[in-house]
Amino acid sequence: MLQKKDVVVVGAGPAGLAASIEAGKAGASVLLVDLNLKAGGQLFKQIHKFFGSSEHRSGTRGFDIGNQLLDEAKEAGVEIWLGSTVIGLFPRMKVVIEKGMDSNKKEVITVQAKKIIIATGASENVIRFKGWTIPGVMGAGAAQTMINVNHVKPGRRVVMLGSGNVGLIVSYQLMQAGCEVVALVEAAPKIGGYAVHAAKIRRAGVPIYMNHTIVEAIPGEDGCVSKVIIAKVDSNFMPISGTEKELEADTVTLAAGLKPSVELSKLMKCECTFNGVFGGSIPLHNESMETSVEGIYVAGDSTGVEEANTALEEGKIAGISAAEALGYLTAEEGNKERTEIWKRLDALRMGPFGERRLAEKNNILEEYRIRVGAPSKEELMEVDDDVDD
Amino acid sequence: MSMINTGFLEYDELAEMQKMPTDERYAKGPVAVIECVQEIPCNPCEAACKLGAIKIGEPITNLPILDGDKCIGCGICVAKCSGLAIFIVNKVYSATTATIAFPYEYSPTPDVGLVVEAVNRRGKMICDGKVVKVMNPLSFDHTPVVTIEIPKEYADEVRSMRRG
Repeated sequence: MLQKKDVVVVGAGPAGLAASIEAGKAGASVLLVDLNLKAGGQLFKQIHKFFGSSEHRSGTRGFDIGNQLLDEAKEAGVEIWLGSTVIGLFPRMKVVIEKGMDSNKKEVITVQAKKIIIATGASENVIRFKGWTIPGVMGAGAAQTMINVNHVKPGRRVVMLGSGNVGLIVSYQLMQAGCEVVALVEAAPKIGGYAVHAAKIRRAGVPIYMNHTIVEAIPGEDGCVSKVIIAKVDSNFMPISGTEKELEADTVTLAAGLKPSVELSKLMKCECTFNGVFGGSIPLHNESMETSVEGIYVAGDSTGVEEANTALEEGKIAGISAAEALGYLTAEEGNKERTEIWKRLDALRMGPFGERRLAEKNNILEEYRIRVGAPSKEELMEVDDDVDD
Repeated sequence: MSMINTGFLEYDELAEMQKMPTDERYAKGPVAVIECVQEIPCNPCEAACKLGAIKIGEPITNLPILDGDKCIGCGICVAKCSGLAIFIVNKVYSATTATIAFPYEYSPTPDVGLVVEAVNRRGKMICDGKVVKVMNPLSFDHTPVVTIEIPKEYADEVRSMRRG
């Protein structure tokens, strides 16, 4: 039997949770679907205190924000399906969900949605070098899950690749977990993330190798990483022969940026654009976070890699706009909220780290106005009239 | 600036980019030293100080500015700073020693009386330090603030201790 929901939100990270809460609070029936066994996305891995505005949860640790959001979602009447994944989106807003993937009660359920919010986040980029597939080489996100969620050390001595905020923060947290970070390696001539995060790990004695990369991870007798060769790079980021240095390490963690997860947006034929600052191909959206396809909204990293604060705010806009389109909020209420949130988003995107994202976000809104204008009905809606309910 | 290349700044570089307490203020006792020189969107320190000694205002990417006359060196902002970039420096702890209070989120939290290795901004050992105070109330949310006593001449250099 077909289940019906006003809003189906895909992905229960900060963007999806915020969207669900806003839509639910406004009175919409909301189903939130997530692949993982716990909602919260990356929030429960974040044991550090967040940046941002003190009016909006900054200074609070990420996992505490996650718990607050889960409480709010419950209060807003949001139904959450965990261990569940969207395996298809079909014409006329049908969402096909494999529910309870990890249990023996696995079933495939079709949900008829009125609005869909895609908040699927992003995935880690990989850097390839000799030995990159041997045990002990992993994404920084994986190492962070191990230490902060599963309380297992990935190894004793870690080489971190990448000096963006993820590389810097996870290095710090690896040390808090009792690992030694033998080196942080960065190919660029300057540190990518916040200087205060870099300063924390410098104070703790971690050497930072600028203009360096990993050339090879060498396995020991057990087949796992035992040595890591790093080398200086030239201006084309190619290793310079003769500058190699050997480090004793059993773990390599890669923090080389993230790429938006856009599979569902593409499946729905949402107009996309390539944007290097936001991490790759992303769906265009307007000020309501609505894509080129009417009723499909996006929020958070899946429409441009940023951070949790911006994901939360974008999620709120998507939830409010979907609720408004369904008549749960007046245009006046919707506009008032959106104006306030965009103001906060602009503030979060200021300063040397934010200004490029602020400019690119405006470019994306502009590109939407030029290429899309207004959202249109699903392309398939007209042709596939005989689809069976 | 060198910080984006190396991850740390020396005191004189910091002083060029940010208002540091004056010598007169240091002479009056403990005071917050804010080592936050990039315009990032963050302002919990402003709300943390109930005396109104830290000003950021709008937009929230402004650098924090400390009013040394209002600051009493209590250390609450040290625990509230998400960037762990605030220290309390007391250059008149005794005739020959100063104290540095810093956030320390590693395990184990040191006990008062313990002699530790005091390190500078690049993690290099500078001198011995004696733990004279550890603040870790619930409101600090698991960011203990450790105060160590060190020879006065290293007050602008020492910023943490070697992990145990």
